[in-house]
Amino acid sequence: MAVLSFVEVSEGKIKKASVEAAYYGSKVAEGLGTDSIALVLGAASADDLATLGQVGVKKVLHANDARFNNFDSKAFAKAVSEAANTTGANMVVLSFNQNGKLLAPRLSVRLKAAYVPGAVELPVFNGATAVVKKNVFSGKAAAHYQLNTEKKVIAVNPNSLSPVRGNGVATVEAFSPAVNDADFSSVVKGTDKITGTIPLSEAELVVSAGRGLKGPENWGMIDELAKDMGAATACSRAVADVDWRPHHEHVGQTGLTIRPNLYIAVGISGAIQHLAGVNGSKVIVVINTDPEAPFFKAADYGIVGDAFQVMPKFIEEYKKFKSAH
Amino acid sequence: MKILVPIAKVPDTTAKITFIENNTKFNPDGVTFIMNPTDEWYALVRAIELKEKQGGEVVVIHVGLADSEQIIRKALAIGADKAVRVDADPTDAYFVAAQIANHAKTENYDLIIAGKETIDYNSYEVGGMIAELLDLPCVALVQKLDIENGVATIKREIEGGTETVEVKLPMVVCAQKELAEARIPNMKGIMGARSKPLAVVAADATEKLTVVANYSLPEKAKECKYVSPDNVAELVRLLHEEAKVI
Ligand SMILES: Cc1cc2nc3c(=O)[nH]c(=O)nc-3n(C[C@H](O)[C@H](O)[C@H](O)COP(=O)(O)OP(=O)(O)OC[C@H]3O[C@@H](n4cnc5c(N)ncnc54)[C@H](O)[C@@H]3O)c2cc1C
Ligand SMILES: Nc1ncnc2c1ncn2[C@@H]1O[C@H](COP(=O)(O)O)[C@@H](O)[C@H]1O
Repeated sequence: MAVLSFVEVSEGKIKKASVEAAYYGSKVAEGLGTDSIALVLGAASADDLATLGQVGVKKVLHANDARFNNFDSKAFAKAVSEAANTTGANMVVLSFNQNGKLLAPRLSVRLKAAYVPGAVELPVFNGATAVVKKNVFSGKAAAHYQLNTEKKVIAVNPNSLSPVRGNGVATVEAFSPAVNDADFSSVVKGTDKITGTIPLSEAELVVSAGRGLKGPENWGMIDELAKDMGAATACSRAVADVDWRPHHEHVGQTGLTIRPNLYIAVGISGAIQHLAGVNGSKVIVVINTDPEAPFFKAADYGIVGDAFQVMPKFIEEYKKFKSAH
Repeated sequence: MKILVPIAKVPDTTAKITFIENNTKFNPDGVTFIMNPTDEWYALVRAIELKEKQGGEVVVIHVGLADSEQIIRKALAIGADKAVRVDADPTDAYFVAAQIANHAKTENYDLIIAGKETIDYNSYEVGGMIAELLDLPCVALVQKLDIENGVATIKREIEGGTETVEVKLPMVVCAQKELAEARIPNMKGIMGARSKPLAVVAADATEKLTVVANYSLPEKAKECKYVSPDNVAELVRLLHEEAKVI
């Protein structure tokens, strides 16, 4: 018995979303009175991996094998299942991030394990059965999944819980899964990173704007606040459709779904298709001239006012706040 | 090229979400159901485009009851050649994936293009499960897909960008936005759809892995706290001291 978390590294660095998954795994292990073990595939330094001890991981299994430096769903599923079997883990935890969304269902099939895609809370156990909450209908409701199988797979929604770090140090052990070259089916030809900005899907703070800004030339104030806050920028589909902003920034039903700690919406009406992508945010701030804008119904804090007057003040006040803290 | 496109049926996004039977069942009363947008706009259209270029056949498969006929006919009207409906209530992703994999096993598809997720459960699972059941390669969150000489060149979303990969067919692809431009069925398509084959097959007995114990709605509507536009300092204070997010 153990809880196994799958921890992704990218260019040798542990992904933030995976730290959350490892923390989630440790919390479950603690509740069950068993060990939290992490699996890392691909090149990384043992010193870095030992820091997973800070979120409660006892032991890290490390396949320091360059073939794993690029994600391949088939080969990864094989390796993770093997680790689950050798450690006797009845639960596998991973992030519901880009790779996790594909790896987890493959694991569910391989391990014949009930699976929760996008858990937002820790499981509640009742004997061998676990119940786990997940958002459905674009955040308009939650479903409580009941996992009856002996083995279980949980993919944790990014930003669902904030890891508390202690000063534990994990032991790191070499692991060589029986994966053949033939199991690797994809050849990576290149990557195209949007540089200079914080990736929207991972951002904790997001400043977003819509048609209320009148034109692309007015985004300077959005960029400035975002830069000061260390936030990512996002937008409504309406402004991406007219090329005021790039499409990879558009959030909502047909765009990205994000769950930052803070989502600031400036000049966005709050159409249901937009809300679908953001209403999992912890705190929502809405700035809009129209007191009837539907977004206020989903907001925690609101300012009924003109963005062109409010934003310069917001930037000024934030700068003051930052220099004082 | 023989391409299989699994299509799901979902409540329209603007539908009012309520539950019945002690919050254990979704209430379909007065809800309009549509083809899952990702399946319709991206997976199906890209499959049709590939067929138009290279020849072959596009088959749509749906696991669902007889009331799904309308969305299946729509897929045929958009340009699929034939359809299969597995006659069962799709309550569990593993069950659904197993039905589709069982069909695919005997049909030798070169390519299976699913959607990345359905807009009701947002679970991103059926495509990956089909791939694992068939022991096939799979790439998800696909924004671009070209096929040449039996090799797929794919652009997929990764954190903060995209990655281009090459994979040998057969494989499973999970589509997302940008893969194609949605098509609206024209009159000829709609008329033609009526005579295209739609086979209804019985479901295979397969276990279900996951059950939904019950549903819940957000506890209470959020109460928005208003701050005056002349006092933005107060907003910053609240975000720091009360919400603790900055
Ligand atoms: C099938 C479908 C899928 C869709 N998917 C998405 C999606 O994924 N994401 C998405 O965003 N949309 C999506 N949409 C579109 C969505 O319905 C809305 O049309 C869109 O979100 C509106 O964008 P907006 O809020 O920027 O513009 P508008 O609705 O035009 O709102 C502009 C807002 O700015 C306010 N405003 C005006 N001037 C100022 C000012 N000076 N200061 C402050 N506020 C001001 C106005 O009061 C108004 O509320 C989808 C639609 C459909 C039908
Ligand atoms: N009942 C179903 N019948 C056929 N295909 C389905 C069904 N449910 C889901 N799919 C396919 O699986 C994809 C992912 O759905 P999901 O895993 O439910 O989010 C969808 O976009 C469809 O392509």
